[in-house]
Amino acid sequence: MSAIEITGVSKVYAGGVRAVSDVNLSIADGEFIVLVGPSGCGKSTLLRMIAGLETITSGTVSIGSRVVNEVDPAARNIAMVFQNYALYPHMSVYDNLAYGLRNRGVPKADIDARVAEAARMLEIEPFLQRKPKQLSGGQRQRVAMGRAIVRKPDAFLFDEPLSNLDAKLRVSMRGEIRQLQRRLGVTSVYVTHDQLEAMTLADRIVVLNGGRIEQVGRPLDVYHNPASTFVASFIGSPAMNLADAEVTNGLVAIGGQVVASGVSGVKDGQVIVGLRAEDIQPAAPGTGVPFAVRYIEELGALRLVHGSVEGRHLTMALSPDLPLADEIKVAVAADRLHFFEDGSGRRMTR
Amino acid sequence: MIDRHPWLDALAHAVLIAGILIVAFPVYVAVIASTHGPNDFMSGLVPLLPGSDAIANYSSMLTDGLSSSGAPPLGGMLWNSLVMALSIAFGKIAISILSAYAIVYFRFPFRAVAFWMIFVTLMLPVEVRIVPTFKVVADLGLLDSYAGLTIPLIASATATFLFRQFFLTVPEELMEAARIDGAGPLKFFRDILLPLSRTNIAALFVILFIYGWNQYLWPMMITTTSSHYTIVMGIKRMSDVADALPQWNVVMTTVVLAMLPPVIVVVGMQRLFVKGLIETEK
Repeated sequence: MSAIEITGVSKVYAGGVRAVSDVNLSIADGEFIVLVGPSGCGKSTLLRMIAGLETITSGTVSIGSRVVNEVDPAARNIAMVFQNYALYPHMSVYDNLAYGLRNRGVPKADIDARVAEAARMLEIEPFLQRKPKQLSGGQRQRVAMGRAIVRKPDAFLFDEPLSNLDAKLRVSMRGEIRQLQRRLGVTSVYVTHDQLEAMTLADRIVVLNGGRIEQVGRPLDVYHNPASTFVASFIGSPAMNLADAEVTNGLVAIGGQVVASGVSGVKDGQVIVGLRAEDIQPAAPGTGVPFAVRYIEELGALRLVHGSVEGRHLTMALSPDLPLADEIKVAVAADRLHFFEDGSGRRMTR
Repeated sequence: MIDRHPWLDALAHAVLIAGILIVAFPVYVAVIASTHGPNDFMSGLVPLLPGSDAIANYSSMLTDGLSSSGAPPLGGMLWNSLVMALSIAFGKIAISILSAYAIVYFRFPFRAVAFWMIFVTLMLPVEVRIVPTFKVVADLGLLDSYAGLTIPLIASATATFLFRQFFLTVPEELMEAARIDGAGPLKFFRDILLPLSRTNIAALFVILFIYGWNQYLWPMMITTTSSHYTIVMGIKRMSDVADALPQWNVVMTTVVLAMLPPVIVVVGMQRLFVKGLIETEK
């Protein structure tokens, strides 16, 4: 168990493509970090540099205060879980788990004990003599986890481990990974493009975009205080509503329609205003902004209403009990608005 | 066929049966001929029913050979052919799997050049380079030896190419997982890649064994003593006698015996062979 320190790490591929730019990140011992971002944001490259599968162009990665830039993956004492599981197809589940230990010269009795323990923890004991081909996706995923656990590594690295599973299994495996990591207390770095996985698993989320860190923070902090329009639109489902707006004397206007007043701490001028879907609610009778309903998505517990205010597309999340009309009046709480600089998209402090 | 019509089924069967007959009939004639005495062929008609001399033909060919055409007993020639076919098959597989491994999994300067040079040798089969190859083998003093029979035929671009294609389908994550599990390049090759290639190796073995067994031109070039003759050469020598009629009964006996080892290999490895050609174990 070790802390991981990433200092000024960049990755430039031979063709000149810059995959990761100057990333700095301190991961505490036992912390669960989720790297999240759209495809091509460099999250997998960063993980693979920690694993040693990718060379580091500049900067340093250290695991447990040892700089590992030039250390072979096997000697870094990390374990990795791959998206396609990467189980050895010709070996039994037992051999899959034992292979890494055998290569390290662990005594046979010790291997037996460790494999048995991991198998019990993951409930894969009945399959130990089977080949991976004879297992379901979820079982294979467990074996891949088992292969990581038996090694008793300093860190777990997960590369989108759940994206080959069906939605239901994904939710249950997500829970198991979280509990397992808590129980073992092993530092973990988890890569995903699914913001829900990031929110539910992470101690801290790292949002990456274009090879750079956009924001690092605890899930709720990132959700409530997104550092940029990118983070705002990426974290949370439905995505945060973003619209061009004009601020004048504390009045916020979208397309000339004033939607909130009494806003303080924001300079007058053009901004991008962000509103969470749940922060738009029907207005009290006789007040509010006209909201033209376009279509509705029923989620059961919630009802997502897509529509527009002055031609700007907005989504609000309503309780399904409320009656609906084609045009309703909505209100927005001024203190729930997010403001971003027009152009850079950075969050404006209030 | 998605549509199943009775007459389409019948047509399919008719075509298959015709194909089998075309292949099987000469084999049948050879087997029948090997059971007749030497005089049954004088009439110019090929007998189509079994004769009574089978035991005499086979035992004489296996023990004495056919002295009039300078052919030694078949046992020795069968052994030579077996050694040659096995050496060529194993040699080709060993060399090509290692070169394919190098080309697919290692980054080294001129990797693409190396691959294309191997690929280009596809255009240079033994027949094309036979004179210079003979010169080299003769200068090395390898005439009339098993080494001379096999080594010049061992390099194989086809097998290298097939292994390369197979390796390219093995997910890269397997190699990365093995690296993290502490397996170095040779360990990865031995523990992961080789077992995964099992069916491919078997399929190639069948093809290459038959290739080696059927070699004719090359053994004829470099063997001058009867102790190194191969069976395929022997057949030709027997049927090619001067000042006498070829003894077709014993020639056919030799043919039947020469057919057996490849048949045994194909039948014995049939399941692995088919598997290796149609599916990969991933």
